[in-house]
Amino acid sequence: MYDINLIHKFYLNDKYVILDIYSGAVHVVDEIVYDLVDYMSKGLDEALEGLSNKYEACDIKTAFKEVEELYKEGLLFTEPIKETELDLSKYNIVKALCLHVSHDCNLRCKYCFASQGDFKGKRELMSVEVGKKALIFLVQNSGNRRNLEVDFFGGEPLMNFDVVKELVTYGRSLEKEYDKNFRFTLTTNCVLLDDEIIDYLNENMSNVVLSIDGRKSVNDEMRPTTNGKGSYDLIVPKIKRFVEKRGDKDYYIRGTFTSENLDFSEDVLDFYNNGFKKTSMEPVVTDQNEPYAIRPEHVERIKEEYEKLSREYIKIKKKDDDFLFFHFMIDLDQGPCLIKRSIGCGAGCEYLAVTPKGDLYPCHQFVGEEQFKIGTVFDGVTKTDLREEFKKSNVFNKKDCQECWAKFYCSGGCHANSYYNTGNINGNFEIGCELERKRIECAISVIANLD
Amino acid sequence: MKFVKTLSKRNLLKTAKHGGCGECQTCTVGNQKCENKKNH
Repeated sequence: MYDINLIHKFYLNDKYVILDIYSGAVHVVDEIVYDLVDYMSKGLDEALEGLSNKYEACDIKTAFKEVEELYKEGLLFTEPIKETELDLSKYNIVKALCLHVSHDCNLRCKYCFASQGDFKGKRELMSVEVGKKALIFLVQNSGNRRNLEVDFFGGEPLMNFDVVKELVTYGRSLEKEYDKNFRFTLTTNCVLLDDEIIDYLNENMSNVVLSIDGRKSVNDEMRPTTNGKGSYDLIVPKIKRFVEKRGDKDYYIRGTFTSENLDFSEDVLDFYNNGFKKTSMEPVVTDQNEPYAIRPEHVERIKEEYEKLSREYIKIKKKDDDFLFFHFMIDLDQGPCLIKRSIGCGAGCEYLAVTPKGDLYPCHQFVGEEQFKIGTVFDGVTKTDLREEFKKSNVFNKKDCQECWAKFYCSGGCHANSYYNTGNINGNFEIGCELERKRIECAISVIANLD
Repeated sequence: MKFVKTLSKRNLLKTAKHGGCGECQTCTVGNQKCENKKNH
Protein backbone atom coordinates (compact mmCIF):
# COMPACT_ATOMS: atom_id res chain seq x y z
CA MET A 1 0.00 0.00 0.00
CA TYR A 2 2.95 2.35 0.47
CA ASP A 3 4.08 1.99 -3.14
CA ILE A 4 6.73 4.64 -3.79
CA ASN A 5 5.54 4.84 -7.42
CA LEU A 6 2.30 6.43 -6.22
CA ILE A 7 4.07 9.59 -5.09
CA HIS A 8 6.67 12.00 -6.45
CA LYS A 9 9.12 13.83 -4.24
CA PHE A 10 11.63 16.56 -5.00
CA TYR A 11 13.77 19.17 -3.27
CA LEU A 12 13.86 22.62 -4.82
CA ASN A 13 14.23 26.21 -3.61
CA ASP A 14 14.83 25.05 -0.02
CA LYS A 15 11.62 23.02 0.13
CA TYR A 16 11.06 19.28 0.41
CA VAL A 17 7.87 18.52 -1.52
CA ILE A 18 5.84 15.33 -1.86
CA LEU A 19 3.06 15.04 -4.44
CA ASP A 20 0.37 12.39 -4.22
CA ILE A 21 -0.06 11.56 -7.89
CA TYR A 22 -3.63 10.24 -7.92
CA SER A 23 -5.30 12.47 -5.33
CA GLY A 24 -3.47 15.62 -6.37
CA ALA A 25 -2.58 16.45 -2.76
CA VAL A 26 0.64 18.42 -2.22
CA HIS A 27 2.71 18.40 0.96
CA VAL A 28 5.70 20.44 2.07
CA VAL A 29 7.57 18.24 4.53
CA ASP A 30 10.60 18.20 6.77
CA GLU A 31 13.60 16.22 5.60
CA ILE A 32 12.75 13.36 7.96
CA VAL A 33 9.43 12.67 6.18
CA TYR A 34 11.13 13.13 2.81
CA ASP A 35 13.54 10.33 3.74
CA LEU A 36 10.99 8.22 5.57
CA VAL A 37 8.53 7.69 2.70
CA ASP A 38 11.10 5.38 1.09
CA TYR A 39 10.82 3.10 4.15
CA MET A 40 7.05 3.08 4.62
CA SER A 41 6.51 -0.16 2.72
CA LYS A 42 9.15 -1.88 4.88
CA GLY A 43 7.61 -0.94 8.22
CA LEU A 44 8.63 1.07 11.27
CA ASP A 45 11.40 -1.27 12.46
CA GLU A 46 13.31 -1.01 9.19
CA ALA A 47 12.72 2.74 9.13
CA LEU A 48 14.21 3.05 12.62
CA GLU A 49 17.18 0.95 11.60
CA GLY A 50 17.75 2.80 8.33
CA LEU A 51 17.32 6.34 9.62
CA SER A 52 18.58 6.17 13.21
CA ASN A 53 22.00 7.50 12.23
CA LYS A 54 20.34 10.72 11.05
CA TYR A 55 17.24 11.25 13.23
CA GLU A 56 16.05 10.62 16.81
CA ALA A 57 13.92 7.49 17.21
CA CYS A 58 11.04 9.45 18.73
CA ASP A 59 10.98 11.75 15.71
CA ILE A 60 11.02 8.81 13.29
CA LYS A 61 8.03 7.32 15.14
CA THR A 62 6.15 10.63 15.03
CA ALA A 63 6.88 11.09 11.34
CA PHE A 64 5.80 7.50 10.64
CA LYS A 65 2.45 8.16 12.34
CA GLU A 66 1.96 11.35 10.35
CA VAL A 67 2.53 9.56 7.06
CA GLU A 68 0.12 6.81 8.13
CA GLU A 69 -2.43 9.50 8.93
CA LEU A 70 -2.03 11.11 5.50
CA TYR A 71 -2.55 7.70 3.91
CA LYS A 72 -5.74 7.12 5.91
CA GLU A 73 -7.04 10.55 4.89
CA GLY A 74 -6.49 9.73 1.22
CA LEU A 75 -3.76 12.34 0.86
CA LEU A 76 -0.75 10.11 0.25
CA PHE A 77 -0.10 6.80 -1.56
CA THR A 78 -3.53 7.02 -3.18
CA GLU A 79 -4.29 4.06 -5.43
CA PRO A 80 -4.30 4.66 -9.22
CA ILE A 81 -7.41 5.96 -10.93
CA LYS A 82 -8.75 3.85 -13.78
CA GLU A 83 -10.21 5.30 -16.95
CA THR A 84 -13.38 3.28 -16.32
CA GLU A 85 -14.03 5.46 -13.25
CA LEU A 86 -14.38 8.51 -15.48
CA ASP A 87 -17.07 9.59 -17.88
CA LEU A 88 -14.78 10.96 -20.56
CA SER A 89 -16.69 12.86 -23.22
CA LYS A 90 -18.65 10.61 -25.50
CA TYR A 91 -20.19 13.62 -27.20
CA ASN A 92 -18.90 15.46 -30.24
CA ILE A 93 -19.17 18.94 -28.83
CA VAL A 94 -17.14 21.87 -30.17
CA LYS A 95 -16.50 24.71 -27.74
CA ALA A 96 -13.49 26.59 -29.08
CA LEU A 97 -12.21 27.72 -32.46
CA CYS A 98 -8.89 29.15 -33.53
CA LEU A 99 -9.86 31.40 -36.44
CA HIS A 100 -7.03 31.93 -38.90
CA VAL A 101 -8.31 35.24 -40.16
CA SER A 102 -5.01 35.90 -41.92
CA HIS A 103 -2.57 33.59 -43.62
CA ASP A 104 -0.27 36.50 -44.16
CA CYS A 105 2.22 38.20 -41.88
CA ASN A 106 4.31 41.36 -41.66
CA LEU A 107 7.16 39.64 -39.83
CA ARG A 108 9.43 36.85 -41.03
CA CYS A 109 10.17 35.00 -37.79
CA LYS A 110 12.72 32.29 -38.48
CA TYR A 111 11.07 29.62 -36.34
CA CYS A 112 7.46 30.27 -37.38
CA PHE A 113 5.52 26.99 -37.51
CA ALA A 114 3.17 28.85 -39.87
CA SER A 115 5.96 29.13 -42.47
CA GLN A 116 6.21 32.91 -41.98
CA GLY A 117 2.45 33.22 -41.95
CA ASP A 118 1.20 31.35 -45.00
CA PHE A 119 1.04 27.83 -43.46
CA LYS A 120 2.74 26.30 -46.52
CA GLY A 121 -0.02 27.66 -48.78
CA LYS A 122 -0.71 30.94 -50.52
CA ARG A 123 -1.05 34.18 -48.59
CA GLU A 124 -4.74 34.88 -48.04
CA LEU A 125 -7.23 36.50 -45.69
CA MET A 126 -10.45 35.04 -44.29
CA SER A 127 -13.63 36.57 -45.69
CA VAL A 128 -16.47 37.73 -43.45
CA GLU A 129 -18.67 35.03 -44.99
CA VAL A 130 -16.31 32.21 -44.00
CA GLY A 131 -15.86 33.73 -40.53
CA LYS A 132 -19.61 33.95 -39.96
CA LYS A 133 -20.05 30.38 -41.15
CA ALA A 134 -17.41 29.31 -38.63
CA LEU A 135 -19.26 31.03 -35.77
CA ILE A 136 -22.54 29.40 -36.83
CA PHE A 137 -20.74 26.04 -37.01
CA LEU A 138 -19.49 26.64 -33.45
CA VAL A 139 -22.82 27.57 -31.87
CA GLN A 140 -24.66 24.76 -33.67
CA ASN A 141 -22.13 22.13 -32.61
CA SER A 142 -21.62 23.30 -29.03
CA GLY A 143 -24.43 21.28 -27.46
CA ASN A 144 -25.18 22.46 -23.93
CA ARG A 145 -21.88 24.34 -23.57
CA ARG A 146 -22.60 27.97 -22.82
CA ASN A 147 -19.08 29.42 -22.74
CA LEU A 148 -17.58 29.41 -26.22
CA GLU A 149 -14.14 30.66 -27.23
CA VAL A 150 -12.82 32.18 -30.41
CA ASP A 151 -9.17 33.13 -30.83
CA PHE A 152 -8.28 35.39 -33.73
CA PHE A 153 -5.03 34.01 -35.01
CA GLY A 154 -2.80 33.94 -38.06
CA GLY A 155 -0.44 34.78 -39.59
CA GLU A 156 -1.07 38.22 -38.22
CA PRO A 157 -4.79 38.73 -37.49
CA LEU A 158 -4.53 42.52 -37.37
CA MET A 159 -3.83 42.42 -41.12
CA ASN A 160 -7.54 41.55 -41.39
CA PHE A 161 -8.80 43.81 -38.62
CA ASP A 162 -12.06 44.84 -40.31
CA VAL A 163 -13.11 41.18 -40.50
CA VAL A 164 -12.16 40.67 -36.83
CA LYS A 165 -14.47 43.54 -35.88
CA GLU A 166 -17.33 42.27 -38.03
CA LEU A 167 -17.04 38.78 -36.56
CA VAL A 168 -17.05 40.06 -32.98
CA THR A 169 -20.23 42.03 -33.71
CA TYR A 170 -21.77 38.99 -35.39
CA GLY A 171 -20.77 36.75 -32.47
CA ARG A 172 -22.42 39.09 -29.99
CA SER A 173 -25.60 38.99 -32.07
CA LEU A 174 -25.64 35.19 -31.83
CA GLU A 175 -25.30 35.15 -28.04
CA LYS A 176 -28.94 35.91 -27.27
CA GLU A 177 -30.35 33.78 -30.06
CA TYR A 178 -28.42 30.69 -28.95
CA ASP A 179 -27.97 31.49 -25.22
CA LYS A 180 -24.19 31.43 -25.53
CA ASN A 181 -21.35 33.50 -24.11
CA PHE A 182 -18.47 34.23 -26.48
CA ARG A 183 -14.99 34.78 -25.10
CA PHE A 184 -12.92 36.45 -27.81
CA THR A 185 -9.12 36.50 -27.71
CA LEU A 186 -6.45 37.62 -30.17
CA THR A 187 -2.79 36.76 -30.75
CA THR A 188 -0.67 39.47 -32.38
CA ASN A 189 2.92 40.32 -33.27
CA CYS A 190 2.11 43.94 -32.25
CA VAL A 191 3.37 45.57 -35.49
CA LEU A 192 0.01 47.15 -36.34
CA LEU A 193 -1.02 48.17 -32.82
CA ASP A 194 -2.15 51.79 -32.62
CA ASP A 195 -4.46 53.65 -30.25
CA GLU A 196 -7.59 52.81 -32.24
CA ILE A 197 -6.81 49.09 -32.34
CA ILE A 198 -5.65 49.03 -28.70
CA ASP A 199 -8.92 50.62 -27.55
CA TYR A 200 -10.91 48.13 -29.59
CA LEU A 201 -8.98 45.14 -28.21
CA ASN A 202 -9.33 46.41 -24.66
CA GLU A 203 -13.06 46.71 -25.07
CA ASN A 204 -13.71 43.44 -26.90
CA MET A 205 -10.99 40.88 -26.17
CA SER A 206 -10.97 38.86 -22.94
CA ASN A 207 -7.30 38.12 -23.47
CA VAL A 208 -4.64 39.38 -25.85
CA VAL A 209 -1.41 37.48 -26.50
CA LEU A 210 1.45 39.75 -27.60
CA SER A 211 4.48 38.12 -29.20
CA ILE A 212 8.00 39.35 -28.45
CA ASP A 213 11.01 37.25 -27.54
CA GLY A 214 12.66 39.31 -24.81
CA ARG A 215 15.91 41.24 -25.06
CA LYS A 216 16.46 43.32 -28.20
CA SER A 217 19.34 41.17 -29.47
CA VAL A 218 17.35 37.95 -28.99
CA ASN A 219 14.12 39.29 -30.48
CA ASP A 220 15.75 40.91 -33.49
CA GLU A 221 17.74 37.80 -34.35
CA MET A 222 14.60 35.66 -34.62
CA ARG A 223 11.82 38.15 -35.42
CA PRO A 224 12.83 40.37 -38.36
CA THR A 225 10.40 42.46 -40.38
CA THR A 226 9.76 41.78 -44.07
CA ASN A 227 12.74 43.98 -44.96
CA GLY A 228 15.06 42.04 -42.67
CA LYS A 229 15.34 44.60 -39.89
CA GLY A 230 14.73 43.77 -36.24
CA SER A 231 11.25 44.38 -34.86
CA TYR A 232 12.09 45.22 -31.22
CA ASP A 233 12.28 49.01 -31.52
CA LEU A 234 9.09 49.01 -33.57
CA ILE A 235 6.94 46.94 -31.21
CA VAL A 236 8.15 47.70 -27.67
CA PRO A 237 6.66 51.23 -27.55
CA LYS A 238 3.39 49.80 -28.90
CA ILE A 239 3.31 47.05 -26.27
CA LYS A 240 4.04 49.60 -23.54
CA ARG A 241 1.12 51.66 -24.77
CA PHE A 242 -1.11 48.58 -24.86
CA VAL A 243 -0.18 47.47 -21.33
CA GLU A 244 -0.62 51.00 -20.01
CA LYS A 245 -4.18 51.12 -21.38
CA ARG A 246 -5.08 47.49 -20.62
CA GLY A 247 -5.81 48.02 -16.93
CA ASP A 248 -6.74 44.85 -15.05
CA LYS A 249 -7.80 42.86 -18.10
CA ASP A 250 -5.87 39.77 -19.13
CA TYR A 251 -2.95 39.87 -21.51
CA TYR A 252 0.16 37.76 -21.94
CA ILE A 253 3.52 38.77 -23.31
CA ARG A 254 4.51 35.57 -25.06
CA GLY A 255 8.10 34.83 -26.00
CA THR A 256 9.76 31.90 -27.71
CA PHE A 257 13.19 30.71 -26.66
CA THR A 258 15.52 28.67 -28.84
CA SER A 259 18.89 27.00 -28.36
CA GLU A 260 20.39 30.41 -29.13
CA ASN A 261 19.07 31.96 -25.90
CA LEU A 262 19.21 29.22 -23.32
CA ASP A 263 19.57 32.01 -20.73
CA PHE A 264 15.91 32.83 -21.38
CA SER A 265 15.24 33.79 -17.76
CA GLU A 266 16.99 37.05 -18.68
CA ASP A 267 14.36 37.59 -21.37
CA VAL A 268 11.50 37.04 -18.92
CA LEU A 269 13.14 39.53 -16.55
CA ASP A 270 13.51 41.93 -19.49
CA PHE A 271 9.73 41.71 -19.93
CA TYR A 272 9.27 42.56 -16.27
CA ASN A 273 11.74 45.44 -16.41
CA ASN A 274 9.82 46.83 -19.38
CA GLY A 275 6.67 46.83 -17.25
CA PHE A 276 5.19 43.74 -18.91
CA LYS A 277 4.11 41.72 -15.89
CA LYS A 278 2.00 38.92 -17.37
CA THR A 279 4.50 36.72 -19.13
CA SER A 280 4.91 33.44 -20.93
CA MET A 281 8.04 31.97 -22.51
CA GLU A 282 7.86 28.80 -24.57
CA PRO A 283 10.45 26.44 -26.05
CA VAL A 284 10.59 26.64 -29.84
CA VAL A 285 8.70 23.97 -31.78
CA THR A 286 10.64 23.31 -34.97
CA ASP A 287 12.44 20.76 -37.10
CA GLN A 288 15.26 19.15 -35.12
CA ASN A 289 17.66 19.95 -37.97
CA GLU A 290 17.28 23.71 -37.59
CA PRO A 291 20.37 25.29 -35.98
CA TYR A 292 18.24 26.96 -33.29
CA ALA A 293 16.26 23.78 -32.44
CA ILE A 294 16.22 22.49 -28.88
CA ARG A 295 17.96 19.13 -28.82
CA PRO A 296 18.59 16.55 -26.09
CA GLU A 297 21.98 18.06 -25.23
CA HIS A 298 20.24 21.32 -24.23
CA VAL A 299 17.75 19.82 -21.79
CA GLU A 300 19.84 19.93 -18.59
CA ARG A 301 20.83 23.53 -19.28
CA ILE A 302 17.19 24.52 -19.82
CA LYS A 303 16.11 22.79 -16.60
CA GLU A 304 18.75 24.78 -14.71
CA GLU A 305 17.41 27.93 -16.34
CA TYR A 306 13.85 27.19 -15.20
CA GLU A 307 15.19 26.73 -11.67
CA LYS A 308 17.06 30.04 -11.93
CA LEU A 309 13.89 31.73 -13.17
CA SER A 310 11.91 30.25 -10.27
CA ARG A 311 14.41 31.73 -7.78
CA GLU A 312 14.16 35.17 -9.39
CA TYR A 313 10.39 34.82 -9.62
CA ILE A 314 10.06 34.13 -5.88
CA LYS A 315 12.19 37.19 -5.10
CA ILE A 316 10.08 39.47 -7.29
CA LYS A 317 6.73 37.98 -6.22
CA LYS A 318 7.50 38.79 -2.60
CA LYS A 319 7.60 42.47 -3.59
CA ASP A 320 5.24 42.53 -6.57
CA ASP A 321 2.37 40.06 -6.68
CA ASP A 322 1.31 41.29 -10.14
CA PHE A 323 4.26 39.54 -11.79
CA LEU A 324 3.05 36.36 -13.50
CA PHE A 325 4.86 33.61 -15.38
CA PHE A 326 2.32 31.38 -17.07
CA HIS A 327 3.92 28.05 -16.20
CA PHE A 328 4.43 28.92 -12.55
CA MET A 329 0.71 29.57 -12.03
CA ILE A 330 -0.64 26.26 -10.80
CA ASP A 331 -3.89 26.54 -8.89
CA LEU A 332 -3.71 23.99 -6.09
CA ASP A 333 -7.13 24.80 -4.63
CA GLN A 334 -9.40 25.23 -7.60
CA GLY A 335 -7.64 23.69 -10.55
CA PRO A 336 -9.38 21.77 -13.32
CA CYS A 337 -11.43 18.64 -12.70
CA LEU A 338 -10.00 15.20 -13.31
CA ILE A 339 -11.79 14.82 -16.64
CA LYS A 340 -10.25 18.02 -17.97
CA ARG A 341 -6.85 16.90 -16.71
CA SER A 342 -7.23 13.62 -18.53
CA ILE A 343 -8.14 14.99 -21.96
CA GLY A 344 -6.13 18.24 -22.02
CA CYS A 345 -6.72 20.84 -24.70
CA GLY A 346 -9.44 18.93 -26.57
CA ALA A 347 -7.80 19.47 -29.96
CA GLY A 348 -9.48 17.56 -32.76
CA CYS A 349 -12.83 17.48 -31.00
CA GLU A 350 -13.67 20.33 -28.59
CA TYR A 351 -11.09 22.64 -30.13
CA LEU A 352 -10.60 23.15 -33.88
CA ALA A 353 -8.73 25.54 -36.14
CA VAL A 354 -10.34 27.19 -39.18
CA THR A 355 -8.33 28.27 -42.23
CA PRO A 356 -9.17 31.35 -44.34
CA LYS A 357 -10.95 29.04 -46.81
CA GLY A 358 -13.01 27.42 -44.04
CA ASP A 359 -11.13 24.14 -43.72
CA LEU A 360 -11.11 22.55 -40.27
CA TYR A 361 -7.98 21.14 -38.61
CA PRO A 362 -7.48 19.61 -35.13
CA CYS A 363 -5.63 22.75 -34.00
CA HIS A 364 -3.55 25.64 -35.31
CA GLN A 365 -0.37 23.57 -35.31
CA PHE A 366 -1.79 21.02 -37.77
CA VAL A 367 -2.94 23.60 -40.31
CA GLY A 368 -1.21 22.98 -43.63
CA GLU A 369 -0.81 19.23 -42.98
CA GLU A 370 -3.33 18.01 -45.55
CA GLN A 371 -3.83 14.57 -43.98
CA PHE A 372 -5.10 16.30 -40.84
CA LYS A 373 -7.84 18.27 -42.59
CA ILE A 374 -10.83 17.06 -40.59
CA GLY A 375 -13.69 18.82 -42.42
CA THR A 376 -14.93 22.30 -43.33
CA VAL A 377 -17.19 24.88 -41.71
CA PHE A 378 -19.63 24.22 -44.58
CA ASP A 379 -19.83 20.43 -44.23
CA GLY A 380 -18.82 20.03 -40.59
CA VAL A 381 -16.43 17.33 -39.38
CA THR A 382 -16.29 14.73 -42.15
CA LYS A 383 -13.23 12.75 -41.11
CA THR A 384 -14.88 11.26 -38.04
CA ASP A 385 -12.25 8.53 -37.62
CA LEU A 386 -9.60 11.23 -37.15
CA ARG A 387 -11.79 12.94 -34.55
CA GLU A 388 -12.10 9.62 -32.69
CA GLU A 389 -8.33 9.19 -32.79
CA PHE A 390 -7.87 12.58 -31.10
CA LYS A 391 -10.62 11.89 -28.57
CA LYS A 392 -8.91 8.68 -27.50
CA SER A 393 -5.57 10.41 -27.11
CA ASN A 394 -5.64 10.96 -23.34
CA VAL A 395 -3.38 10.22 -20.39
CA PHE A 396 -4.90 6.77 -19.93
CA ASN A 397 -4.12 5.74 -23.49
CA LYS A 398 -0.71 7.30 -23.97
CA LYS A 399 1.76 4.58 -23.12
CA ASP A 400 4.47 6.81 -21.71
CA CYS A 401 2.05 8.72 -19.49
CA GLN A 402 1.22 5.61 -17.47
CA GLU A 403 4.30 5.80 -15.27
CA CYS A 404 4.63 9.60 -15.27
CA TRP A 405 3.94 11.49 -12.04
CA ALA A 406 3.06 14.68 -13.96
CA LYS A 407 0.25 13.36 -16.13
CA PHE A 408 -2.56 15.11 -14.27
CA TYR A 409 -0.70 18.42 -14.52
CA CYS A 410 0.29 18.27 -18.20
CA SER A 411 -2.68 16.21 -19.45
CA GLY A 412 -0.54 14.21 -21.81
CA GLY A 413 1.08 17.17 -23.51
CA CYS A 414 0.58 18.64 -26.95
CA HIS A 415 -0.66 16.35 -29.75
CA ALA A 416 1.18 18.41 -32.36
CA ASN A 417 4.48 18.27 -30.48
CA SER A 418 4.08 14.50 -30.27
CA TYR A 419 3.24 14.20 -33.95
CA TYR A 420 6.05 16.41 -35.25
CA ASN A 421 8.63 14.68 -33.08
CA THR A 422 7.51 11.05 -33.21
CA GLY A 423 5.14 10.82 -36.18
CA ASN A 424 2.28 9.83 -33.88
CA ILE A 425 -0.10 11.98 -31.82
CA ASN A 426 0.16 9.38 -29.06
CA GLY A 427 3.94 9.40 -29.20
CA ASN A 428 6.17 10.67 -26.46
CA PHE A 429 8.13 13.87 -27.11
CA GLU A 430 10.65 13.20 -24.36
CA ILE A 431 12.28 16.66 -24.41
CA GLY A 432 8.89 18.30 -23.96
CA CYS A 433 8.03 15.91 -21.14
CA GLU A 434 11.26 16.55 -19.26
CA LEU A 435 10.84 20.31 -19.49
CA GLU A 436 7.20 20.10 -18.43
CA ARG A 437 8.09 18.05 -15.36
CA LYS A 438 10.72 20.61 -14.38
CA ARG A 439 8.28 23.51 -14.88
CA ILE A 440 5.76 21.80 -12.59
CA GLU A 441 8.37 21.22 -9.89
CA CYS A 442 9.41 24.87 -10.15
CA ALA A 443 5.78 26.03 -9.99
CA ILE A 444 5.02 24.04 -6.85
CA SER A 445 8.25 25.14 -5.19
CA VAL A 446 7.22 28.74 -5.94
CA ILE A 447 3.87 28.19 -4.23
CA ALA A 448 5.59 26.52 -1.27
CA ASN A 449 7.88 29.53 -0.87
CA LEU A 450 5.12 32.11 -1.18
CA ASP A 451 2.58 30.28 0.99
CA MET B 1 1.32 17.87 12.17
CA LYS B 2 4.89 18.34 13.30
CA PHE B 3 6.71 17.45 10.09
CA VAL B 4 4.10 17.98 7.36
CA LYS B 5 2.42 21.07 5.98
CA THR B 6 -0.24 20.21 3.43
CA LEU B 7 -0.50 22.78 0.63
CA SER B 8 -3.40 21.09 -1.12
CA LYS B 9 -5.91 18.55 0.15
CA ARG B 10 -7.30 18.17 -3.31
CA ASN B 11 -9.01 14.92 -4.19
CA LEU B 12 -9.08 14.56 -7.95
CA LEU B 13 -11.41 11.59 -7.98
CA LYS B 14 -14.10 13.63 -6.23
CA THR B 15 -13.93 16.19 -9.05
CA ALA B 16 -14.67 13.44 -11.57
CA LYS B 17 -18.21 13.13 -10.26
CA HIS B 18 -19.20 16.68 -11.21
CA GLY B 19 -16.43 17.27 -13.72
CA GLY B 20 -16.48 17.42 -17.47
CA CYS B 21 -18.98 20.27 -17.66
CA GLY B 22 -16.71 21.82 -20.30
CA GLU B 23 -17.37 25.40 -19.29
CA CYS B 24 -13.77 26.15 -18.32
CA GLN B 25 -11.33 27.79 -20.67
CA THR B 26 -9.69 25.72 -23.38
CA CYS B 27 -1.24 22.65 -23.52
CA THR B 28 -0.94 22.45 -19.77
CA VAL B 29 -4.06 22.75 -17.72
CA GLY B 30 -2.60 22.95 -14.23
CA ASN B 31 -2.77 26.72 -14.13
CA GLN B 32 -6.43 26.88 -14.98
CA LYS B 33 -9.40 27.46 -12.76
CA CYS B 34 -12.57 25.40 -12.52
CA GLU B 35 -15.66 27.50 -11.88
CA ASN B 36 -17.93 24.53 -11.21
CA LYS B 37 -18.64 24.99 -7.51
CA LYS B 38 -19.78 21.39 -7.11
CA ASN B 39 -16.16 20.39 -7.65
CA HIS B 40 -14.90 22.38 -4.68
